[in-house]
Amino acid sequence: MIEIRFHGRGGQGTVVASKILADALAQEDNYVQAYPEFGVERRGSPVVAFIRIDSKPIYDKSRIYAPDHVVVVDPTLVEAIDVTEGLKDGGWIIINSDKKPGEFAFPSKFKVATVNATEIAVRNKLGSLAAPIVNTAIVGVVTRILGLTKLDSLLKAVGDAISIKPENNKTAASEAYEQAGDYC
Amino acid sequence: MKKVIMGNHALSYGAMLARSQVIAAYPITPQTQVVELLSEMCADGTLDAKFIKVESEHSAMAACIGASAAGARAFTATSAQGLALMHEMLHWAAGERVPVVMGNVNRAMAPGWTIWADQNDSLSQRDTGWMQYYCASNQEVVDTVLQAFKVSEALSIPSMVILDAFALSHTYEVVDIPEAAKVDAYLPPFRPLYKLTPSDPRAFGGLTSPEHYMELRYKLQKDMEKAPALIEATGREFEKIFGRYLGLVDPYLCEDAEIILVTSGTAGYTARVAVDAMRAAGTKVGNLRIKVFRPFPFEAVRKYTAAAKKIAVVDRNISYGHHGIFSQELKSAVYGHADGKPVFGFIAGLGGRDITPASFKEVVDYAIAHEQPEAEIVWIGAKI
Repeated sequence: MIEIRFHGRGGQGTVVASKILADALAQEDNYVQAYPEFGVERRGSPVVAFIRIDSKPIYDKSRIYAPDHVVVVDPTLVEAIDVTEGLKDGGWIIINSDKKPGEFAFPSKFKVATVNATEIAVRNKLGSLAAPIVNTAIVGVVTRILGLTKLDSLLKAVGDAISIKPENNKTAASEAYEQAGDYC
Repeated sequence: MKKVIMGNHALSYGAMLARSQVIAAYPITPQTQVVELLSEMCADGTLDAKFIKVESEHSAMAACIGASAAGARAFTATSAQGLALMHEMLHWAAGERVPVVMGNVNRAMAPGWTIWADQNDSLSQRDTGWMQYYCASNQEVVDTVLQAFKVSEALSIPSMVILDAFALSHTYEVVDIPEAAKVDAYLPPFRPLYKLTPSDPRAFGGLTSPEHYMELRYKLQKDMEKAPALIEATGREFEKIFGRYLGLVDPYLCEDAEIILVTSGTAGYTARVAVDAMRAAGTKVGNLRIKVFRPFPFEAVRKYTAAAKKIAVVDRNISYGHHGIFSQELKSAVYGHADGKPVFGFIAGLGGRDITPASFKEVVDYAIAHEQPEAEIVWIGAKI
């Protein structure tokens, strides 16, 4: 079983990102469980979403405390909260950032990857310059680095889930998928 | 067709596939998406039903009772304070013998203000005469709505299909959405024996003197007693069509277990993970998840706990001044059948506190270490 935690801010589509990933994984006959932090969300405040992935039915309905990997949708959260809380040794920290992985001071027991999903989202006219919607780029990165699904499955899931600018979102996911190849 | 959907939408799909004809509901967190999706389905024609907007949950249930009495398949959904506001109408639905099906998202009762899971809302409605199904997965939610209509309509008793707040209501899982044509074969249209119609006027729920009231209640109880066998039979019939059995209980590794965990809701699935880990470490433990709480599955409970040395009931609820409610029910089920077998009562997860595999390890460790419980309630995960 793989457990992933997403950190974002309300309004960035973090919960939708976990749902798109779940859709893509389910197409390839995986069992998935995706859920938002149990509570109330506010635009701009830190939000968390989780996903469990397995080849067998998932019976554990408790929350995820020790994820295999974490995904940081909003880079400002790295300063605000401990995104590595409970993260298993050897796990990936995948960050939406224009910095290089070495510019972050994480312990060496974790692997760090950065992709500028914000730039990809803005270039593909997703959201506004002030509030870009980066979730489709993010799932492209996560899919590639963690080797979770084929790009085709992801693009189908993006198309099914998003009714506004579906082609731009697919392009963003594909571009992010390609860029993340640097880490594979 | 497989889809990744949240538990709330699993209720909506169940109500849609059942071809509900009247939906009257009032939104409340964490149930809101049930009603949102159903209203969209009614608006875009996916579901040919009358969607009645109401000003309260009391009115929602009143509308469902009227619709059901008029011969329509009626569905609603609520949670916590909303369910409490319906209380009077719950008695009315069961007393009038209308087979309304309602989804209830288990949310703790306020105050303190809360939107998170526990079972005190639905268990407070235990004696209203409704059947109660507690689900552990989104698949089970969709499937159970269909079965609940079938059993309710056969017995003229309403049903509540219950799922935990957030752990199911807002959690996305892969669900095999039953095919509409197969659902139609399993669940034919609702054809009540008597219905409210101008061409054949009748009174429903009229003044009932002491001469007749007791017999009406006797009949309700007698029909409730028929439910366990009917739930098993309709569960088998469902399995033949869809490949998934829907039973009264869900036993896991109970046959040779020395300690049986008794659980319900999503905690009843998490317990399986704990059982696997404890089995791997050599502890003979099993898990009996209670799916149907009303009617209480006495025989199934006795059967699956018969060989165990100890029973450990984990309740996500409490009857203040007594014990956890499932633990009371277990004790009454095995009384006279258990040769003095101890029933340990644990309370965990109130107000959405998480119940983890470690919680069940703690429960089983306690049961191993004690011949008899030191108190009627052992608290798990409470800061006391």
